[in-house]
Amino acid sequence: MGAILLLEDGRTFEGEAFGAVTTRVGEAVFHTAMTGYQEVLTDPSFAEQIVTMTAPHVGNTGVNLDDPESERVWASAFIVRQLSRAPSSWRSEGGLHQYLKAHGVPGLQGIDTRALVRHIRDRGAMKCVVSTDGTSLEALREQLEAWPGMVGRNLAAEVCTSDAYVLCDPPDAPIRVSVVDGGVKKNILRLLEATGAYVRVHPITDPAEAWVDGVDLVFFSNGPGDPAASADIVAEVRKAIAARPCVGICLGHQLLALGLGATTYKLPFGHRGGNQPVRDERTGRVEITSQNHGFAVDRDSLLATGAEITHTHLNDHTTSGFMHRGKRVFAVQYHPEAAPGPHDSRGLIQQFLDFAAPTQGGR
Amino acid sequence: MPLTVPEGSTILVLGSGPIVIGQACEFDYSGTQACKALKALGYRVVLINSNPATIMTDPDTADCTYVEPLTVETARYVIERERPDAILPTVGGQVGLNLAMQLHEKGVLTEFDVKLIGAQPDAIDLAEDRQRFKDAMVEIGVGVAESGVATTMDQAEALLEQIGLPAIIRPSFTLGGAGGGVAWNLEEFRSIVAEGLRLSPTTQVLVEKSLLGWKEFELEVMRDTADNAIVICSIENFDPMGIHTGDSITVAPAMTLTDREYQVLRDLALKILRRVGVETGGSNVQFAVNPDDGEVIVIELNPRVSRSSALASKATGFPIAKIAAQLAVGLTLDEIDNDITKTTPACFEPALDYVIVKIPRWNFEKFAGADRRLGSAMRSVGEVMGVGRTFQEAMLKAISSLEGGYPDVSGWSDERIRAALATATPDRLAAIFEGFRRGWDAYEVHHITRIDRWFLWQLAEIIHFEQSLEGRFVDTVSEGELRKAKRLGVSDGELAKFLACEIGDIADKRRERGLLPVFKRIDTCAGEFESSTPYLYSTYESEDEAGDDPRERVVILGNGPNRIGQGLEFDYCCCHASFAVKEAGYCAVMVNCNPETVSTDYDTSDKLYFEPVDLEHVQNVLDREKPKGVILQFGGQTPLKLSHAIGPVLGTAPEAIDLCEDRERFADFLRRLDIPQPENAIAGSVAEARLLAARMGYPLLVRPSYVLGGRAMAICWDEDDFEKAITEAVAASEIGSLLLDRYLGGALEYDVDALCDGEQVVIGGIIEHIEEAGVHSGDSAGVLPPVRSDARILKQLEDYTVRIALELGVVGLVNIQFAVVDGDVFVLEVNPRASRTVPFVSKARDVPLASIATRLCLGEKLKDIPIHPKGEGLFFIKAPVFPWRKFEGTDVLLGPEMRSTGEVMGVGWSFGEAYAKALIAAGMQLPSSGGVFLSIRDREKPASVSIAGALKHLGFKLYATRGTARYLGERGIECEAVFKVDEGRPDVVDHLKNGDVGLLLNTPEGKKAQYDELAMRLAGLRYGIPCITNVAAMKAAVAAIRSQRAGELRPIKLQELT
Repeated sequence: MGAILLLEDGRTFEGEAFGAVTTRVGEAVFHTAMTGYQEVLTDPSFAEQIVTMTAPHVGNTGVNLDDPESERVWASAFIVRQLSRAPSSWRSEGGLHQYLKAHGVPGLQGIDTRALVRHIRDRGAMKCVVSTDGTSLEALREQLEAWPGMVGRNLAAEVCTSDAYVLCDPPDAPIRVSVVDGGVKKNILRLLEATGAYVRVHPITDPAEAWVDGVDLVFFSNGPGDPAASADIVAEVRKAIAARPCVGICLGHQLLALGLGATTYKLPFGHRGGNQPVRDERTGRVEITSQNHGFAVDRDSLLATGAEITHTHLNDHTTSGFMHRGKRVFAVQYHPEAAPGPHDSRGLIQQFLDFAAPTQGGR
Repeated sequence: MPLTVPEGSTILVLGSGPIVIGQACEFDYSGTQACKALKALGYRVVLINSNPATIMTDPDTADCTYVEPLTVETARYVIERERPDAILPTVGGQVGLNLAMQLHEKGVLTEFDVKLIGAQPDAIDLAEDRQRFKDAMVEIGVGVAESGVATTMDQAEALLEQIGLPAIIRPSFTLGGAGGGVAWNLEEFRSIVAEGLRLSPTTQVLVEKSLLGWKEFELEVMRDTADNAIVICSIENFDPMGIHTGDSITVAPAMTLTDREYQVLRDLALKILRRVGVETGGSNVQFAVNPDDGEVIVIELNPRVSRSSALASKATGFPIAKIAAQLAVGLTLDEIDNDITKTTPACFEPALDYVIVKIPRWNFEKFAGADRRLGSAMRSVGEVMGVGRTFQEAMLKAISSLEGGYPDVSGWSDERIRAALATATPDRLAAIFEGFRRGWDAYEVHHITRIDRWFLWQLAEIIHFEQSLEGRFVDTVSEGELRKAKRLGVSDGELAKFLACEIGDIADKRRERGLLPVFKRIDTCAGEFESSTPYLYSTYESEDEAGDDPRERVVILGNGPNRIGQGLEFDYCCCHASFAVKEAGYCAVMVNCNPETVSTDYDTSDKLYFEPVDLEHVQNVLDREKPKGVILQFGGQTPLKLSHAIGPVLGTAPEAIDLCEDRERFADFLRRLDIPQPENAIAGSVAEARLLAARMGYPLLVRPSYVLGGRAMAICWDEDDFEKAITEAVAASEIGSLLLDRYLGGALEYDVDALCDGEQVVIGGIIEHIEEAGVHSGDSAGVLPPVRSDARILKQLEDYTVRIALELGVVGLVNIQFAVVDGDVFVLEVNPRASRTVPFVSKARDVPLASIATRLCLGEKLKDIPIHPKGEGLFFIKAPVFPWRKFEGTDVLLGPEMRSTGEVMGVGWSFGEAYAKALIAAGMQLPSSGGVFLSIRDREKPASVSIAGALKHLGFKLYATRGTARYLGERGIECEAVFKVDEGRPDVVDHLKNGDVGLLLNTPEGKKAQYDELAMRLAGLRYGIPCITNVAAMKAAVAAIRSQRAGELRPIKLQELT
């Protein structure tokens, strides 16, 4: 069965179909991790994105029930150079093709993915459509044009939990945390739970009063879309900052920056991979991090708020983390929870909690 | 970070010495990178390396170059004289590391206040000492195989009680796992333990639970002084645990791990690196993973740049050795730029959007009687790397790169195929493919081999596709099918087999349909950033990234995988060719597939195509680059084979190359020049060969045509020998014709390397062999300048060389081998290309022969190139190094089939000094006192008198067989008569074991090696006692012992040659 990718600028790639027989529109992005495709597919931050893996073989280890980062596949479509027909892993519980089919996500394989990656790199992330159901090029073009794109999209509100819930309430919890879910990855919750903290999860659409109620720390999660899309959410974030120490990851980092009065902008093609070098400016040490973001926080506007830059991305010197001592805000652009990606930054979760602890507050 | 070694300081770099199995030209690659990087940082670099065929020992790579034995004595002398501030021991393999440890233990480092950089003695010791390493791993909670360390047989057997069979035995501090193995029964266990204890410098072996069948992974890691640590590359072994990683097919990146499992390995690797305390630089960590539950066990950590680091560097474009050197002096990873992108730092982890497959290259055919089973001791002599967008394509390109080093098993019975799957030998990969062809299921093959099913499915898919083409014709194959075939990586040659046509028909068909490969860049970042470095591989995709260089291009073809007879020497020449091409203002384009080399470093040439050196892939490059021409005289026999099919050839014309290969035309050619050659004949069939042999009489030298390194060449003294030789020869030759030459017994042999521009000839150097004719030139020691010939003979050699080169129309290099008997000069062989001896001669004379030859290929004339040879008054000896210990049971007698893996150079003010140094460097330390055993055949007894007399005079106690003792006794030289093996006890082997004898002089009796003599030579080998098997070398050895005793062995700096 044939499959096609049509890009906003008219370029097409034709290959073989796998996964679901359908047509999906999204933003064309690429991911350079060599392992962890199941985590990528299930990361809510990939909502409405069509992900191309640069690693040529995908599906080698099949899929399992332990590795997903959420309950569903969020990527709109998946593009790989070569899909493995049969998986080999003692943990495998099925093949990737069947998995995507079950989740209604189309796949495209057999194209020159490197050419596509270089195209996105040079022209920037753009709208695209993948079709495995024989839809005419004309119709695809219409669908593509009808799709609003990523800028100005408040997708976090669409992917987050519908209701607040208490994740864990251990006796003698040293700290109480609320997680503002804008598309939180399971591994963030797992790591928080492992610290022994009390953890409550709120949809990002809840009011700030709900977030801050009875907790020591508000934790803003990762998530999809444009951070600056909803002035309402930013206003709630500002309230949260005024009320409690706040920390955040990825989208959470961007929202907290906006809450402080900084600005964000769209990167040409984003950072998506597990090999991104970040220097911790406080220690001079470099961590290899997992990243997945298309927007970034403007450095100068952030400095103007009185925040200090704690982390810098070494490839392009964009802001990877900041701390505002006065307002007790600390956030990073990358993913200390990894999944997929290296664990160099795992210690940051504890740093976040320590940041809230009254004895260490304002350090 | 401030530098930890102040700028302007002197740093001593230790090389790895001669090429041996387990330590090959990857250490020229790493050493060269390190020297260049340190020089660029403003350090004064001093280098010791006994291997002349290296780029690192070129006089301009380091500031002070000592081509001297890598011993404590040499190093001490050099340290005293050059006063380095620091020593970098981590780029010279195990040899460099061991020498650094000895310098530490003997107090030399303290005495001269010189520090080790890269790795500290304690970290090295912790990584290398099996027990300490194990304890440290347990301490940090890393899984280790159940094991124990034994220093005696009793301890080992006690350990076995707990661990059980099968068990793995690993001697401590040995190279390439030498002396180790898997024991399946008690007998095997005892024999491996005994051998391991003997080989280990610390008399220590590790007895370990066998993890056969577990998956094996390697991570290449780096760390800097700020404790930043990164993983450069993950490598997955296609062959599961049980086979040395150097003998395993390996794949990068790892293919069968989920992110969770990969991150576990990554975390462990960095944790281990930190615990061991490797301060800076590259290390290699090996893991075993249980395929049923993911349990991870660490196997070892190499605290230095290794063979795997070289592979990882080539696989990713990340220059591990260069950066290791920079980190060693205190730079941090974030301060170093990524050379490939130029815009991002080196502090990151490369992402691959392609796959590489490494396949080892073995040479078992040269070691009759050796066990071909692969195990925990490495025995391959080289390797190839295939790069493709998929594992399948990479695997098939790697196979194409092997050049016939891939066995045909189609005729084997099912039982034999099954056996080849069950017991890993070099045939296993071919057997897997053959099994699939016969319809075997991947599960079945997995069950027998324990190779991960993912790999097997990939390979089965190739075969299933090929079978869909079988019996069809090239014209009926659709464009889609052809495209699919090429995207899978199936070569034109394979397609031609299925489609019953010639390889050219497939190529024509492809071109007709526009089905041409594109070239993609290896860029460290999977396309995330633009690459400014054209490091390329071919694949069948849509977008080409080769880029167009505005300069005129010149393509240089490399030598493919290292093998005995074609190794580092040719890579050295190819690199020089590339440098000269660049210098002349052209764009230098390199094609090669050997990941161990300097030629495949991305900054050696302007453009690097990492491709098989075969017709299809070379033609693709030529089609893309449309060069001024292609230079193929530096890559040995590999590119020469393509001389007719590709062009335009720069340098000696293909017709002249052919002439030298075609015995009949060559004989006519020499007759026309009135230059004698030994009586010879060529036979098209075995029957014809028998007739010719009967007519010519014996002794004869018999060999197949078109082979390298004297493959299957034999001296025949009678019909029995002859029959054996032709069977071997027919098996070894693709073409099937046999060459018969008169064997010139007792002749002196010469190698002459010369430059010619078609009008003028310049002799580069004349090397006189130490051994007499009959020993392959690659296995002979040689001396430059000659010491046993008069001016008339030398004049004649030069005269013949000039006439032959001019008449052939050589443009570039030519190598001629001569034999001299009773003052008559015969031509044995003319090679219109760079020879193995070019780097040696270049180094001895400080004349860059390969570079000048390249300029001649590009059209320059000798009269316009100033040549000023140096080294007058010095003697230079090249001595071969043999892998006997790796091939248990093989006789150490030298013959016309080449079996040495590498060579060393000894430099001295006398012949004896040079020879003594060469032997020490080759690991054959001659005794200065003690006992010498002589067993001399009748023919050579007269010649042995002066040797025995000289030894006696030097104070040696002489032992001899009864015949030899009587003969020498009658001439006034007293020897203690000793029993041969089986004559009575104590016999000669007892004396060897007791340490009474420190040198064996044995010329084999008669035409065949007698059993007892073989036993004696093998015992000598076991106990590390040098054994000399011909009279000429014995005389040289006496001279060497004299120099050694006189304390004349002073290191000489290459930069001081005048």
